[in-house]
Amino acid sequence: MTKILEKVDLSENVVKMVLDAPAIARKRRAGQFVVLKIDEKGERIPLTTVDADPEKGTLTIIFQVVGKTTAKLAAMKAGDELMDLQGPLGRPTHIEGVKNAVCVGGGVGVGVVYPIAAALKKQGAKVTSIIGARCKDLLILEDETRSISDNLIVTTDDGSYGVHGFVSDALKNVIESGEKIDEVFAIGPVPMMKAVAAVTKNYGIKTTVSLNSIMVDATGMCGACRVAVGGETKFACVDGPEFDGHAVDFDLLASRLRMYMTQEKESMDKYRCECHGK
Amino acid sequence: MNAMENKEKKEKLPRHKMPEQDPKVRIHNYNEVPFGYSEETAMKEASRCLQCKKPACRTGCPVGVDIPAFVKLIAEGKFIEAAWKLKEDSALPAVCGRVCPQEDQCEKFCIVGKKDEPVAIGRLERFAADYERNKGEVKIPELAPKNGKKVAVVGAGPAGLTVAGDLIKLGYDVTIYEALHKPGGVLVYGIPEFRLPKSIVEAEVNYLEKLGVKIITNAVIGRLHTIDELFAEGYDAVFLGVGAGSPVFMGIPGENLSGIYSANEYLTRSNLMKAYLFPEYDTPIVRGKNVAVIGGGNVAMDSVRTALRLGAENAYIIYRRSEVELPARAEEVHHAKEEGVQFKLLTNPVEYIGDENGWVKGIKCVQMELGEPDESGRRRPIEKKGSEFVIEVDTVVVSVGTNANPIIPMTTPGLETNKWGYIVAKDESGLTSREAVYAGGDIVTGSATVILAMGAGKKAAAAIHEYLSKK
Repeated sequence: MTKILEKVDLSENVVKMVLDAPAIARKRRAGQFVVLKIDEKGERIPLTTVDADPEKGTLTIIFQVVGKTTAKLAAMKAGDELMDLQGPLGRPTHIEGVKNAVCVGGGVGVGVVYPIAAALKKQGAKVTSIIGARCKDLLILEDETRSISDNLIVTTDDGSYGVHGFVSDALKNVIESGEKIDEVFAIGPVPMMKAVAAVTKNYGIKTTVSLNSIMVDATGMCGACRVAVGGETKFACVDGPEFDGHAVDFDLLASRLRMYMTQEKESMDKYRCECHGK
Repeated sequence: MNAMENKEKKEKLPRHKMPEQDPKVRIHNYNEVPFGYSEETAMKEASRCLQCKKPACRTGCPVGVDIPAFVKLIAEGKFIEAAWKLKEDSALPAVCGRVCPQEDQCEKFCIVGKKDEPVAIGRLERFAADYERNKGEVKIPELAPKNGKKVAVVGAGPAGLTVAGDLIKLGYDVTIYEALHKPGGVLVYGIPEFRLPKSIVEAEVNYLEKLGVKIITNAVIGRLHTIDELFAEGYDAVFLGVGAGSPVFMGIPGENLSGIYSANEYLTRSNLMKAYLFPEYDTPIVRGKNVAVIGGGNVAMDSVRTALRLGAENAYIIYRRSEVELPARAEEVHHAKEEGVQFKLLTNPVEYIGDENGWVKGIKCVQMELGEPDESGRRRPIEKKGSEFVIEVDTVVVSVGTNANPIIPMTTPGLETNKWGYIVAKDESGLTSREAVYAGGDIVTGSATVILAMGAGKKAAAAIHEYLSKK
């Protein structure tokens, strides 16, 4: 069992949790994820780790409420326990040698790119961060990201805060301003990562994206998470989750992410009914 | 009555059938298909055994179960004693009685089988183990005093459970690290409930825990702890029984369309995650109307029979050779046919066709014919030119084998693997290129059977004991 030590609502549907997970906290590095299962009947879901404190033995996750499991998780409180937590999984982000980086995060993806930006900063890289959300209320980790970035640009799709527009447009402006960039790290919704990769491809800038495919065991056993990268099939759980953004088939990823849309809705509706029944 | 007359009398008894659920009924539930022997039938069947002085059956068993002894105890009505006898050699008799290919092992060598059908050793094994479990009279064997040495077992599947069971009895401190949230390996994620009820696996795992084996779940070795870290933590030897586990796809166009599963995923969702009980359980699975399973092994049969139970109207096996070459056990093929599975033999998929939403809607296949035997000794399937046709499907399960999982070799310096990624064992002991690191089961041999993994586990346990006794 894993105890929830702290729970903070970052926005209307994005939650941060600090978990008591000393063994995982000791090993976890930026870019890695965990799989959690709330209870006996629960689903195994992969969630990216945002931070870890090996001394305190704590692990921080950030997630967005998208279905039954995340809704149920969001309803849990400090002191509650998760039945299963497995990790750290996936390959850590490869940041060695990067001196000038742009970290782009969209929506809950800001929580995923933030630890990468922090790790880059720690190794002495110049970090420009571009973070965005649909609107001001959905923007997360602004202060945290600012504190580890040399420059921070904030965008909102509706113009309610920061620059009006998409993170990919802001990135284009940064590139055109002549900023020296070794690598772009872009994490967020599939259309956002696709748009960012399209921008950087024109300028030949190396771009790393983190893929949130559907997973079951997350140890390379089931192949649910398979993605096409450069025409080859890869397993996001063991070969990734990070890949060359210019080689990823984002349309296939988006279509595979829709595979259980009907069941996800059924499950969510059932959960809502049960909640109201209480 | 002299011995000769006795022999003749015994041979006249026919092999006893095991009653089974009606196929029409069972495709609507997940309950086990055969019901098992009654006490009376078990005693009658056991009395068919000739009690050979040099039992050939025993040499056919990868873990060397004392078959005549336990069968004799059943014939005498000493059912509990029969179970205990079994447990001297096998950590998982209730499992083996169900999923071992007895027709290729013990029963193949049975002398009664020369003239008549062999003694139903597997069914008797199952009977004795079930009897003990149902009576709740599980005996804890005498354990050697603790010797102060620690062994880490990686993977709680058949190989790892066997190693743990043998070493705990010899006085070792044994900890199993399991990557998933439940121990059992293929017994829980792979083999369906209707062939191996999960309560049986749980009982066998509980038995090992009663003996003192510690099991840590959710522990992915290679990520959470490396092999070197395990030694640093004080383990004296490590056994790797992590299974093959990485699914093979054929590499044909359209294979990543939605609706196409690996057998590992399909079965894991259904068995381990209980997706057949969705939405009571949270994990979803696609309940296809027209489901094709590619492949002809036991895993393919498990998948196609799962598809039927999930409500498929048409469930196909697509296999590139003919019926004779089907690698699945005859019993599994027979069960699948009874349940209405349609066999598309001498048929090979060449491309998957998707709809506008990226969902599979058809498989383009070619007809095959058999040519000369290939290196496997089976006749090589050859494409018939111009024979393409399309099978309409909405779900596909690819069951053409597995590869080695890369996580441990990737994170263990000096651990030798072969060109397919399997761990190289120097000899039957399972010793790898690293001192005090042993391996066995699918991660060494590639996909095989539960009992072969258990056999490898037994040999590795003996080798670890020998190594650590000298140390």
